[in-house]
Amino acid sequence: MKITRSTFLRMGLAAIAGLAVAPATALAQGRKKYVFATEGAFPPFNMTRPNGELYGFELDMLAEIAKRADFDYEVISQAWDGMIQGLIDGKYNAVVDSVSVTEKRLEVVDFSLPYTTGGSTFVVLKESGVELSGTGAFVDLDDTKATDAAITAIAGVLDGKTVGVHVSTIQADFLNKYLADKGVTIRTYQTGPEVYQDLLNGRLDAGIASVTNISAFLEKNTETAKATGPSFTGGVMGRGSAFVVQKGDAELAGLLSKALKSMSDDGTLVELSKKWFGMVVTPAL
Amino acid sequence: MDFAFLSSIFTQLLKGLPLTLNLGVLALVGGFCLSLILNLMRTTRVGNALASAYVFVFRGTPLLIQIFMIYYGLAGFGFIRHGFLWPFLREPYWCGLLALILNDAAYTSEILRGGLRAVPRGAVEAGRVSGMTRLTVMRRITLPIAVRQALPAYSNEVISILKSTALVSTITLMEVTGIARAAASETWRAVEIFLCAAAIYLALSLVVTRLSAWAERRLSPWQFGETP
Amino acid sequence: MQADLTLLGLGPDGWGLALARAGLMTLYVSVAAFLSGLAFGTLIAWARVAGNWPLRKLAEAYATVFRGVPDILVIYLFYFGGRQVVTAIGTALGLSGPFDISGFLAGVLAIGLISAANQSEVLRGAYQAVPRGTIEAGRVVGMTRLILFRRVIAPQALVTAIPGMGNQWQSVIKESALVSVTGLVETMRQVAVAAGTTQEHFLFYAAGAIIYLIITTLSDHVFRLAERRSLRGHEQGGL
Repeated sequence: MKITRSTFLRMGLAAIAGLAVAPATALAQGRKKYVFATEGAFPPFNMTRPNGELYGFELDMLAEIAKRADFDYEVISQAWDGMIQGLIDGKYNAVVDSVSVTEKRLEVVDFSLPYTTGGSTFVVLKESGVELSGTGAFVDLDDTKATDAAITAIAGVLDGKTVGVHVSTIQADFLNKYLADKGVTIRTYQTGPEVYQDLLNGRLDAGIASVTNISAFLEKNTETAKATGPSFTGGVMGRGSAFVVQKGDAELAGLLSKALKSMSDDGTLVELSKKWFGMVVTPAL
Repeated sequence: MDFAFLSSIFTQLLKGLPLTLNLGVLALVGGFCLSLILNLMRTTRVGNALASAYVFVFRGTPLLIQIFMIYYGLAGFGFIRHGFLWPFLREPYWCGLLALILNDAAYTSEILRGGLRAVPRGAVEAGRVSGMTRLTVMRRITLPIAVRQALPAYSNEVISILKSTALVSTITLMEVTGIARAAASETWRAVEIFLCAAAIYLALSLVVTRLSAWAERRLSPWQFGETP
Repeated sequence: MQADLTLLGLGPDGWGLALARAGLMTLYVSVAAFLSGLAFGTLIAWARVAGNWPLRKLAEAYATVFRGVPDILVIYLFYFGGRQVVTAIGTALGLSGPFDISGFLAGVLAIGLISAANQSEVLRGAYQAVPRGTIEAGRVVGMTRLILFRRVIAPQALVTAIPGMGNQWQSVIKESALVSVTGLVETMRQVAVAAGTTQEHFLFYAAGAIIYLIITTLSDHVFRLAERRSLRGHEQGGL
């Protein structure tokens, strides 16, 4: 880098400004630093640039949260396989990877307030002719009657077909609980994008994922693929996704929730959602 | 130690054993046939170059990358997705098996080549002189001696392929390791589960070691003075 | 699918630099793992050759276990169980936590311990190939054990061991492709991330294969050179 006079001046100003500000914050509380883990391969929540830089909805959101809650942070990239284990083992302080809040997970970890409304649905290739009823509607898995009706309709179409899903996700739990014994072959993948890849390759008749994740995929593949069937929420599908923290880490969970609440109140969260998803997927907290 | 959990995991993992064995055995059979062809190719100059290149590529790269290349890589080409092989390549099972066969063939062909080089020239000449055809010499003299020579190295390759089958779990196949990975991410008790899986593979490799020691003894009558 | 070669370039959208860095990481991990395998493998081989009964059995059991269990399971066990073990050891030594091992260290240790089992086999075979007569001759002229090892056993065993060690080095490189589960960005992980992001699976896996071929070929030459050097002064030239 060539240092011109103006950059030199700017650096000098920044240094003076830094000197002026630094002691104040240091005195205030000795800024905390937290380490967050993400997958870096779950568009548009989190993705990786060729130079290794992480970007996406969750990274923008985290930057804003850190500013409001006044802490330093670092985000590391980690395979989903073993991510929660790493959190339990204390390799990092929190996970931000579109993790859904479920009862089962609450047994081993804690969550912040949710930042997406959740909901999962099926995705198919247009040429496959697979069509599920109830597209666009919501089915709450805690409502047994509605669930039974929706599952019966879906099982009728998917009988004998192969459905792909990302391993150990709420969608995998859903398939195992409701469709495994109805003649549906379930194939589990180590990463999310592999499901879409095999759908496009014609190895899968359908895939299942969160509505937000599918919409990101469809953005690039409007001609070939489409979402079909109702959006499932509640029950094993949980109530939206949130930051995951170690069991009992109320301090960090509280910091994150408080900042999320303020972002929801002043509309920042909705703005970010529109920027990355083209629609509102965030709840009013 | 939670014995109820361990035994339930064991029964769960054992359900993957048939697929592990199926892949291992078929990969060895297929790999052996292909390695014979590779060694036959080595008699001509062009064939020799081709065989060397094949062995170079498949021994010089990790099996994992070979598996991914066959499973995800090939499927990216339209002509393969619409070609006559697609009904096979569509299935993860056939992709995994193909990768294992191709990989095993590269290693086995080198082991066999070493064995073939150890066959005394005189034995082959004696066969020719007594009027055996090339094929008979191959079947009754060259191969038996070569196989006996190669046996210790080959038993290592058998164990190595049985262990390599664990890698096809990355393309959705539910053999022992595949089941272990799924169970680990469901219950978050990875250590116990992977230890159970390790015990299963260890038992398999011990069986192979015993079998090969027995075969070596059976096939070495000149060392022990007994006729088989 | 058209393979867009600028994706492999050094430009802002190219993964060339990332791949080169990942290739170097593969090399680092492999070298560290091979050396730790050599150190530990020598100990194991020594225990099997010269140890007393329990030591010998222990070393044999070690080799059997690590040669019989799939590498990927060993790496998983290290990654998931590593921290528990490290914490247990640390607490036993009276140190206060928290303890953790990095992805790099977990990968190096896992591959190193697997390789140690294999290297011990090679070293043991090499030791046994040393003609007994030369060792006896050394004893007769009054060499101490250390001098005997340094001047009689090691030079002869080394010649036999080099080709086998070359093979072990090659397998260490290939095993390093499995450590991506520990979060380490080496060639395999970088290639998988790039393939997932760009949807150019064949292109990037082929690029990965070429990186491995470059590493294995270059290092093969180094071992050949070492082999030729070690054969200096041997009339029959080894075979």
